Amino acid sequence: MNIPFVKLSAAIAVGLLSLNATAADVRFPVDMPKPKEGQLVHVPPTMDDLEKSQLHPELKRVIRRGHDLFMNTQQLRGKNVFNNMNCSSCHMGEGRLPFAGPVWPAAVTLPDFRPKNNHVNNLEERIAGCFSYSMNGTPPAYGSDDMLALSAYHQWLAKGVEMYPSAPIYGRGYPKLNDPQQKPDYKRGKQVYEAKCSLCHSNDGSGLVQNGKVVFPAVWGDNSYNWGAGIARTFTLAAFVKHNMPLGQRGTLSDQEAWDVAYYIDTQERPQDPRYTGNVKETRAKYDATFHKATNYGLTVNGKLLGDHDNTGSKPFLKPEALKPRTFTAE
Amino acid sequence: MKKLLTPLAFAMALGAASAAQALEGDAKAGQQAAAVCTSCHQPDGGGMNIAGGQSWPRLAGLDADYLYKQLRDIKAGSRQSPVMMPFVSMLNEQQMRDVAVYYSQLPATAGKGGEQASAEDLAHGEKLATVGDWERYIVPCQSCHGPGNLGVGGQFPALAGQHAGYIADQLRAWKNGTRDNDPLHLMLAIAERMDEKDIRAVSQWLSRQPAK
Repeated sequence: MNIPFVKLSAAIAVGLLSLNATAADVRFPVDMPKPKEGQLVHVPPTMDDLEKSQLHPELKRVIRRGHDLFMNTQQLRGKNVFNNMNCSSCHMGEGRLPFAGPVWPAAVTLPDFRPKNNHVNNLEERIAGCFSYSMNGTPPAYGSDDMLALSAYHQWLAKGVEMYPSAPIYGRGYPKLNDPQQKPDYKRGKQVYEAKCSLCHSNDGSGLVQNGKVVFPAVWGDNSYNWGAGIARTFTLAAFVKHNMPLGQRGTLSDQEAWDVAYYIDTQERPQDPRYTGNVKETRAKYDATFHKATNYGLTVNGKLLGDHDNTGSKPFLKPEALKPRTFTAE
Repeated sequence: MKKLLTPLAFAMALGAASAAQALEGDAKAGQQAAAVCTSCHQPDGGGMNIAGGQSWPRLAGLDADYLYKQLRDIKAGSRQSPVMMPFVSMLNEQQMRDVAVYYSQLPATAGKGGEQASAEDLAHGEKLATVGDWERYIVPCQSCHGPGNLGVGGQFPALAGQHAGYIADQLRAWKNGTRDNDPLHLMLAIAERMDEKDIRAVSQWLSRQPAK
């Protein structure tokens, strides 16, 4: 189903580009950016498509399980997930939506070298990264039923896309915003947060759990993503917010508001980076070039050194075993 | 498993407790004041689904803060309801609180209006309510209205077990501008993307879901 935009067929364009429809009487138009010429546009198959497909029934069962885990990752709470996140909290629209961290690109661009851990990662190891940082947990074992199910769901979404595409992918990740005109500011960010975010995510960032079920994810504190999560980087969160929040109203915040509120959220405390050496400044320095230069970890903000603690949130350990260097010294 | 934010956890627990009883009202007094409500909303607070007419919502078991806010908003005009206006005008500030608390404490009753729904409508309605239709940027109802669409706090009312006719009326009210009282216009943004088929399907499916 993927076609570089120049060859984008009318049928595919309908679903995706209808999001650009801006009827005059609509107060919240969905201004989804249009694909640029030469970009790879892929509309991932749906779960309905899966049922209609000719795949082996057992494979369908595994992909369904992957979808279920993706949408309700809290079923792994206390085993693999130790905060209030689901995969779908950040990868919205079942992991299919452009500008919302669509997950299918991982299936066609990996294995690849990843600066964050300085070695070549395959799809399972990339998913393991999400569990270790964004879910403040530990991944299902490589090759386990759950890992197989999750990776199969990713690959199903990538159906029809060439491996290692050379064209840039439309809406991949959370496309970066332009640099802010003014330096991101805590006070302005707090104002944006209280006006636009706290209704759901609460003033103290804890989100909302009702009758033991997560309704709105925590954006800081013990049950949020840890200091090593990609979205702990201000630019990543700013882009996520701009493209996806408030829910259903993407694109309504200005770039400056998105930068400010991202700075505000990502200067709050959260569980320790699993790579913590015992010294926050040393840890920051060790991963500065590949990661922490974009976070506030190990910096002093409002008189407080951020990340200077040994709190791992709801997780009874610091570092999952899966996080280890690969030497690749095959002989 | 150290806790970094013990004071925070404490504040959260406090917050949860106070949220549950945020609205000060007297259910007994509310029952008396609600005498003007019962001819439409029924003695059990179950309301009535009226096919082809304006349905009366179930109030029983809805969140007190939500009910109170709706009464205030109807009075203030941000939620237009010519039918409700004369009745709301009879209630003073304290009576609105009392009535809200009274109805919130009644056991929820079952929703009506989805009995004749087609299998196709039910499937479409379930999809909108639980997964959404992101191609049209219609996010799922339950992402705000909570697991089971049973409602979340004072801002996101229970939809499960509400009458189909009432849910459909409200979605249309957002579309045509007569209802404008939702926080951050989170509902308005979604409602205006929904067509008549969506509205019919999702309201029928929701009405058939358990209210508890």
